[in-house]
Formats: sequence, C-alpha cells, structure tokens
Amino acid sequence: MTIDLDSVLELHPQVAVRPEPFGALAYHYGNRRLIFLKHPDVVRVVQRLAEHSDVAATLGACGITPDRHDSFVAALASLQKSEIVRERIVTC
Amino acid sequence: MSASSLVDQMKRGLDAPICLTWELTYACNLQCVHCLSSSGQRDERELSTLEAKRVLDELRDLQVFYINIGGGEPMVRRDFFELLEYSVGNGIGVKFSTNGAFIDAEKARRLAAMDYLDIQISLDGVDAATNDAVRGIGSYDTARRAMDNLAAANFGPFKISVVVTRHNVSQLDRFKALADSYGAQLRITRLRPSGRGADTWHELHPTNGQQRQIYDWLMEHGENVLTGDSFFHLNAFGESLPGLNMCGAGRVVCLIDPVGDVYACPFVIHDEFKAGNVRDEGGFSRVWKQSDLFRSLREPQSAGACASCGSYDACQGGCMAAKFFTGIPLDGPDPECVGGDGEHALSVVQPGSAPKPAMDHTKPVTLTRKNTVVAR
Repeated sequence: MTIDLDSVLELHPQVAVRPEPFGALAYHYGNRRLIFLKHPDVVRVVQRLAEHSDVAATLGACGITPDRHDSFVAALASLQKSEIVRERIVTC
Repeated sequence: MSASSLVDQMKRGLDAPICLTWELTYACNLQCVHCLSSSGQRDERELSTLEAKRVLDELRDLQVFYINIGGGEPMVRRDFFELLEYSVGNGIGVKFSTNGAFIDAEKARRLAAMDYLDIQISLDGVDAATNDAVRGIGSYDTARRAMDNLAAANFGPFKISVVVTRHNVSQLDRFKALADSYGAQLRITRLRPSGRGADTWHELHPTNGQQRQIYDWLMEHGENVLTGDSFFHLNAFGESLPGLNMCGAGRVVCLIDPVGDVYACPFVIHDEFKAGNVRDEGGFSRVWKQSDLFRSLREPQSAGACASCGSYDACQGGCMAAKFFTGIPLDGPDPECVGGDGEHALSVVQPGSAPKPAMDHTKPVTLTRKNTVVAR
C-alpha cells in the first residue's frame, strides 16, 4: 500500500501512545515495536487520523502547512510499515 | 530530530521507564555463579501479592508498555500466574526470564494461551558441560526441556538468553543455530561483575581478543539478535552496533527488586544506586520522577579520565556497574575498555577495595564431613 494525501488511515488498535518531552513513544503490543514519534505535530496527526476523512483532511485540521505535507506523508508511510498506523476500512 | 539528539533526550530521562526490570523474588532453585542479584533464598520482606498489584496499577497509570520480570526464579512465587494475568489485563505486557524448571507441558500450554507475553529461557552454553559449569548440574537439560515444552505447546518465538562468557564466545554461531531450530530469538547480554558475579567476573569475562570477536559477530548478525544496552562499550571498535547505544540507568531503565527497592539498573544492587522504595509515600512514580539519584543521573555526566580519548563519543565510558563493582571510579574507563585502558585501571585498584554487593541471598552451603555437619 502506498501512502498519499488521499489515504484513509487510523492508529493501529494495538498501539499505545505515551507523551514524552520530545513528542511521544508508540508501542505496538502485537509486534512489540517501540517507535519514537519525534515531534509533537506527528503525535497530533497520528492520534487524529481516525477523526478525518483522509490524510489531507487530518493535516489540514492539525494546522500542518502544505509545504510540510510531503514530509508528513513520508513519516506516515514509515509508521504504516511498522504497523503503528494502518489503513482504515470504512464501513457504511 | 536526528538520532543523536534523540539519545540526548533519552539521557535527560523519560516520563516513565521503557525498560523496567522487576525481580519478583530472591528465591531460586539454582545458584548460578554469576547471578547478578545473588539469589537463592526468599527474602521475608518480599512484596505481597496486593503490594505487587498496587505497583502494577501505578505502572499502568504511567503507561509503562511492558515489564521485564526476573528474579531469582520468578515462577517459584505462588502468585506468579496471578500477577502475570493482572499485568497483561492492565495493558502491561510481560517479558519474563526463567531457568525453565517450572515450565512443564501443562504450564507451557497455559503460557501459550496468553497474549502479550514473552519468555526468555536462560542458557549459558550450547552443551551441558559449558552451561552447567556456570548454572549448575542439570540446568542445561532443564532449560532444553522447557524449550521443548514451549515448542510443543506452540508458544511461538520464545527467546534464548545468553550471558556471554570466556567459555561460550566461541559458541555464538551454535547458539544462533539452536535458536533458529526452535524458531526462537537469540538474546545475548554482557557479563557484569554484579552479585555473585563480583567473585567470578575476573575468571569468566571475555578476554580482549574475544571482545573483538563479539563485536564482529554482532556486526554480522546483530539485526536479528537482541542485546538491550549490553555492548555499547564495544562501539569504540568502529561503527556503532545495533541496539541502545547509551547507559539507560535511571533514564530509561530501572530495577524494582523483590523487597520493593528501586535501583538505577538491574546490575547495581547497592545502596549507592538505590533511589527509594515502592512502599515509600508517592510510590514508584515519585521515585522515578523525583529521587535525587535519578535526577542526578539525568544531568550531563563527566567524561573524567576518558575525556581526552577519541572513542568517548562511541563508548560513552562504558558500563557504570562494571566500573563500580571492579573498583574503578565511575568517571574512569570501563574494565573491558577495548582500547586497553580498563586493564590499566584494574591494575591500580587496591585489592579488596571494590564495593561489595549490598545483599546476599545465596543459600547456606551445608558441608558434610565425617558425621559433622558444618553450616556456614
């Protein structure tokens, strides 16, 4: 799966996010991975993915300016690889 | 944020530990010669089931993701499964270390049915002769039987945990092959001169040549082998090894011992590194967040005698516990400094001046000689 601004994502349900001075730690209880979220903006975006229709809407709602969108898409792609975020199945 | 500034952040301490070891009991069926907690006999001040659960409540509130349970042999506690289930039920994953003596077929099935549980079986040799010389007669067969039982119960990838000594460095490939044969993961850690290890370290710790062997082996296989923060002192050989390349004591790591004392790391059971007790007012949280000791460990540390060495950024002066229990000043070189400074530092330590481990729960040895029983 390729992540872009249209991707529909959510925080993986087996992941816990713990705030830390530098951002947060994310721990996946399933694959036991511990990931450092190194910026408070990344933490906010990750936690609010499920509230919005897609990545672009989440970034907009979190006040991430368009010049930073590419780096956030890259960060989300890497977090999707570690299964910290995953594709959200939208059901009606 | 770059990797180095993340390490700097971690050195200033986290809001809660990410690697918390909790030794549930000093009781143990074995008497390993390098036991870092000098375990053997139960301490009567051991935390009760209720007290242990209150600590788990605190860890849940602090959002500690998982704990590393050890001992002694944690499975000798009658409430072992109760505490395990309470922890996991509160969202705190458990990794526990055991010698395997109590993992029979039935217990293996019970463990296999639990989520968020990792098991580390200790093994210090790929054959009984090497292992039993350190861990005691019969302990190799015991550990292998536990591994067989876990495999038969489809536990999944358990871990085989090896303390690297002079006598098993040459077996690293065979440890890996053994782990692979079970679909298990290999974990190798550094021998520390802590607990009973203080008395055996000088004979057991890897030689300088073997340090290089460990480094080269980890450079080749390290991505798939767990090491914790064991081997960052070897980074002075060159490129950094995978793993946590800093001393996490009091910053991201700590130990809760069986009587509730909180130490900076599992290898420094000594008053000098005791930050408080979970029974104190404010509990574990207060110790973690406010103790003078942990606060001072989160301050920038002096490079001391190593300041002028070009490798200091790589090795960070090595392991605090290894220095302390061999009598080397904390701002001196690691006793296993790969540049050779450790050997010199050891040579000027006054015999008998190294600090002694704080507690000894070793079982008394009973010698029988001609109808006379001498207990010491």
